[in-house]
Amino acid sequence: MTQESQRPKKFSYAAGSLLSVADLSVEDVSAILSVASQLERRPTAERARLLAGRRIALLFYESSTRTRTSFELAAKSLGATTTLVSDKSSSIEKGESLKDTGLTLRALGAECIILRHPSSGAPFVLARETGVPVLNAGDGMHEHPSQALLDVRTMLMRLPGRDASTATAKSLDGVTVVITGDILHSRVARSNALLLPRLGAKVLLCGPEPLLPEVALHLGAGVEIVRDFDAALRRAQVVMMLRIQKERLAGLELDLANYIERYQLNGERLAARAPDALVMHPGPMIRGLEISGDVADGPNSAIELQVSNGLSVRSALLLRALYTGGFESVTV
Amino acid sequence: MSDVLILNGRVVDPASGIDEARDLLLRDGKIAALDKPGSLKNIEAAETIDASGLVVAPGLVDVHVHLREPGQTYKETIATGTAAAAAGGFTTVVAMPNTMPVNDSVAGLEWMLSPQRGAVVKLFAMPAATMGSMGATLTDFAALHKAGALGFTDDGKPILEDAIMREALIAAARLGVPISQHAEDTHLTGGCSMNAGPVAFRLGLRGMTIEAESRIVERDIRLLREIEKSEHLRPHLHVQHISTGRALEAIREAKRQGLHVTCEAAPHHFTLTDEAIGDYDTNAKMNPPLRAEADRQAVLAGLADGTVDCIATDHAPHAAHEKEQEFERAPNGITGLETALGLALRVLHRAQGLSLSKILSLMSTSPAAIVSLADRGSLAVGSIADVVVFDPAAQWNFAAKDSRSKSKNTPFDGASMLGRVHATVSEGRIVFRQ
Ligand SMILES: [Zn+2]
Repeated sequence: MTQESQRPKKFSYAAGSLLSVADLSVEDVSAILSVASQLERRPTAERARLLAGRRIALLFYESSTRTRTSFELAAKSLGATTTLVSDKSSSIEKGESLKDTGLTLRALGAECIILRHPSSGAPFVLARETGVPVLNAGDGMHEHPSQALLDVRTMLMRLPGRDASTATAKSLDGVTVVITGDILHSRVARSNALLLPRLGAKVLLCGPEPLLPEVALHLGAGVEIVRDFDAALRRAQVVMMLRIQKERLAGLELDLANYIERYQLNGERLAARAPDALVMHPGPMIRGLEISGDVADGPNSAIELQVSNGLSVRSALLLRALYTGGFESVTV
Repeated sequence: MSDVLILNGRVVDPASGIDEARDLLLRDGKIAALDKPGSLKNIEAAETIDASGLVVAPGLVDVHVHLREPGQTYKETIATGTAAAAAGGFTTVVAMPNTMPVNDSVAGLEWMLSPQRGAVVKLFAMPAATMGSMGATLTDFAALHKAGALGFTDDGKPILEDAIMREALIAAARLGVPISQHAEDTHLTGGCSMNAGPVAFRLGLRGMTIEAESRIVERDIRLLREIEKSEHLRPHLHVQHISTGRALEAIREAKRQGLHVTCEAAPHHFTLTDEAIGDYDTNAKMNPPLRAEADRQAVLAGLADGTVDCIATDHAPHAAHEKEQEFERAPNGITGLETALGLALRVLHRAQGLSLSKILSLMSTSPAAIVSLADRGSLAVGSIADVVVFDPAAQWNFAAKDSRSKSKNTPFDGASMLGRVHATVSEGRIVFRQ
């Protein structure tokens, strides 16, 4: 059939913005990982000069401990000044538009805005209306790109024979990552499902139909749906557990006892199906629901490493957005 | 009133089956003569339009526009909206009632239709079917009909209660006018901002299913059947902006059974799919939403086989600041009056091979018939002198900034168009000239 449909409108965004992992080439991913590794090796004082005097705004329309603190500490470790505007603060409360809040931050000197927002796509609006580099710190059910990048770094550090300071289309060759839980509402799942296959991984999405509709298969090549958690686990080198987002379930009936029975990652299940698999969780965790405490604290767990990798990856993203000398020139 | 001559054009008048060179004389606001080329050349006319190489057709009729007046004149006024209509080749537009206040009273209707509003082309209206479009109590159909209502609708707020819809269909049938329904089961679309499917999943947006549209269409058709049986009336259901294959199939079957159902399709639904949303482009957000390719194809098939009776734009202007928002928060709707003909010719004529006559029927003769405007939508002598003259071969790119509409919310900014309006004549007055 003739395809008269026109292409979607192309918007332009400030260089260094990160709105979706789809915007990143494998080379971009590699550069981010490389800078993250270099930064970790730098003396603290030297690191703190990289963004000295630069201003970064954190605009958080949703509460978040982990991501906000991580970005904030990353910015401060590079010497930048940060300002936090959260949903508790006045302009947001008064119903000012996202565009106007962004323009105000820009006028106040913000050179980069880190945005967490409950509405999918909000970072795109902010980036095109302000022209400032925007880092997506999680938008609605859409994406959480920095999380996927820190997850990649964590996998490359913990899986045998990999190099975490670079990325290629084969970095995760032969690796099967099982992502289990509330895929429908998870921005972490979307970012990972879009990014990991491009680095060579196979992604198995796992969960009951209401939380994982068949349409998820269309996320792209390298993505598969496996409903049986035990079957998926048998193939896994990495297993990533997601929280049940009770606040987003609106209308969905879910029998939690049955869910735990079928999908909880506990010590017994892990030992039986995937004793060597790396266990990950983007947090916040609900121990005893999607994951048992012994697994979260056990030897397979990379959950704490994920958190510390968040710091280095987000530092690299801030440098990418702001480093005047050019991102590539950050060499040790 | 002064005479207008339109000479040397290719006259395409679907109502009379004419597609040949003719000269046209407009006098006293009526079509006075439609003759062989050269036969009218000795008439002294105040205005002469040389239509060499151009198509001369009945002025286009749009049974679904939002002109935002009264109440939201920062988006559009009757004057600016009808100026956009004239630029797009439309000579008749039917205003939807979701103004502020809702057009649900004779006073409101008369205010809207008053010459003081400055309409550039002929303005009609479909007032609300229920008071305040709240879906509870019918408006005064008889009084509104007497004051000029062409039909009744709660557009944007579907009539969900079976009993109310039934009552509305019966009352409208007694007056011989349609109930125009926005088919959306809003119980199924809470929190949804686009079509359900792979694109919505990837973008993390809640999607409207095709069932949300087809269920209401199927319910309304059932009511038609019941009313025909029990009341011995022949109600007319007009389904607005049809967007799914499933709803079209229900309409196709209802027509086969002889029920009085008509429907309209919007240019964006036969041109674009939900992929056009791209990076959350709010100018690709409307309701019903852009659908998947299979549904677009179904709309094209419906236009070709007659299941779709007419093209309507659902012209829905919004201010820039309203569209520069989070996708879920931005209002539904796009402008459409100035892009309808260019898209219809590009997509339906050039790509799909529909004849000019068929397309002009979909855009003038047929919509005029749906709202029973017997003297419009035709170039027959004696008809009202509503005429569009356009170059069917002109290729151009639409520029939103040049729009006559107050609002520029269109996904077709920069899009290629086929066919350009050269002149628009409304009731014998030239209201637009390229
Ligand atoms: Zn409408």
